[in-house]
Amino acid sequence: MPVQMPDINLVAMLPEIVLSLLGLVLMLMSAQGDENRGGRISMLAMIGLVVAALITVGGKDATGFGSHFINDAFARSMKLLMYLSTGLVLFMSADYMKKHRIDGGEYQVLTLMALLGGMLMASAGDFLMLYLGLELMSLSIYVLAAIQRDELRSNEAGLKYFVLGSMASGFLLYGISLIYGLTGTTAYSGVAAALDPAHGGHMGTALILGVVMVMAGMSFKIAAAPFHMWAPDVYEGAPTSVTAFMAVLPKVAAFAGIFRVLLIAFPSLHSQWIPLVQLLAVFSMGVGAFAAIAQTNIKRMLAYSSIGHVGYILLGLAANSAAGLQSVVTYLAIYIFTSVGAFAIILLLNAGGIGDETEDYKGLAHKRPLLAFLMALFMFSMAGIPPLAGFIAKLYIFLAALQAGMLGIAIVGVLFSAVGAFYYLRIVKFMYFDAAKETETFGMAVGVPMRAILTVTGVIILVWGVFPESLLKWTATSVKAFAM
Amino acid sequence: MSLSNFLYLSAILFTLGIFGIFLNRRNMIIILMSIELILLSVNINFVAFSHYMGDVTGQVFTFFVLAVAAAEAAIGLAILVAFFRNRSTIDVEEIDTLKG
Repeated sequence: MPVQMPDINLVAMLPEIVLSLLGLVLMLMSAQGDENRGGRISMLAMIGLVVAALITVGGKDATGFGSHFINDAFARSMKLLMYLSTGLVLFMSADYMKKHRIDGGEYQVLTLMALLGGMLMASAGDFLMLYLGLELMSLSIYVLAAIQRDELRSNEAGLKYFVLGSMASGFLLYGISLIYGLTGTTAYSGVAAALDPAHGGHMGTALILGVVMVMAGMSFKIAAAPFHMWAPDVYEGAPTSVTAFMAVLPKVAAFAGIFRVLLIAFPSLHSQWIPLVQLLAVFSMGVGAFAAIAQTNIKRMLAYSSIGHVGYILLGLAANSAAGLQSVVTYLAIYIFTSVGAFAIILLLNAGGIGDETEDYKGLAHKRPLLAFLMALFMFSMAGIPPLAGFIAKLYIFLAALQAGMLGIAIVGVLFSAVGAFYYLRIVKFMYFDAAKETETFGMAVGVPMRAILTVTGVIILVWGVFPESLLKWTATSVKAFAM
Repeated sequence: MSLSNFLYLSAILFTLGIFGIFLNRRNMIIILMSIELILLSVNINFVAFSHYMGDVTGQVFTFFVLAVAAAEAAIGLAILVAFFRNRSTIDVEEIDTLKG
């Protein structure tokens, strides 16, 4: 009997291998050493990210491990967005970590492991890989949320995230098991072939139940309404640098995973999943717009804001067209910069002893005009006001939705967007038109990393708002992998 | 035994697990047990399908799920211990510092 050689293609997953080895080495480094080991570990982690990014940029299209692992232009683009979000957040949280004594090295290692899980999700060609990547990412983030062990709010955030996240994984798994039972395989391509109408196709309600449960599990990870209940509490309770990380990386990773599942495994079921995605989009946009108005804590407000952003991104996905996919990647890229910038300002004010209440931002413009201007920039961009990048992001989403004939939902989306502008503008009003408390001086120092982050995010939001061509070209090539 | 018997069993266990999370207002440990129940019900599904189709993929999947479930339980208990140290209770209704 001939022995079949396993289909091992280590070159295709070189960035993952580099990062996982680095993560293990850093874990050993964090176990011993002096007080300053956190700085060294962050530095090495950052170097590792740059190396992985270079390898990713130079990568060739390849599949390996019996189509479990796919390295294509889409995977590479999503991975670059993930390096970017991880790197920016690690870079800006150094001072915060030191102040809260969570810079022993575990934090950086867990961040890298979460990134690794996200990368595996983006490259998954099989439900098994999707599940393992998702769990690696989620388990790391549960611990990150609870990493301030002596802080009750952090414990509670971790606990809530853990319980609801595990239940969502259960839904996802149950859905996968039904799909496996009905198609006889867990590979995306195999599932698509089994569901192809040309070969007997569609297999009834049990299969739809499977798809719905997989979508429910994934929607939880991106915090799409009505699976968003955990987000505000976890965002508020987790350490702010972890909140910034949670707001970007899992979103990119889970959207990459959803893309592949819906477009490669279930293309023939599109008439079933499109209404589902539309429903999630409308709910998320609505919750994002209305629930955020009542919030007085800025981290809670940004949690609802991110739910709203997820709604717009889902709208682009529901268009199920090349333009729709491109608009989704564009939105994600812009969202990363806007979100990181806003959280950078929150971290900076935290370091100066200013709390997370929106009222605490009163009078910022009189004392620190540049910081207030940048915060206003990020808020305007999130609200989608031209000429900022957030406007471009929303514009292309709505254009794609209109091309796909979703006129009604696009109108609802624009209306929700207008409602949402209210609470972003309220922050601007607090900063510019209200007087600060007598005692408040906003006298914190701005370190070099923070300056760099704020400059980069601010400039990118302005430049992409006026000249989006380079971004659009990049996103167009990144979604070519899905022939549509 | 037919395949559907196993599927009914797994569906019942899955539902019990979900209700265990939502209806239980007492003890955090019961929630952890419910999560395990959900994962194990999925494993029954996988193994049953795998056996009746003569395909090993489902059994391989089950081993991965078992490994992940162990890691998940360890992390859940670790977070719960940290919570207990600060709050001195594992009562579900006492987890209320963050409103929502």
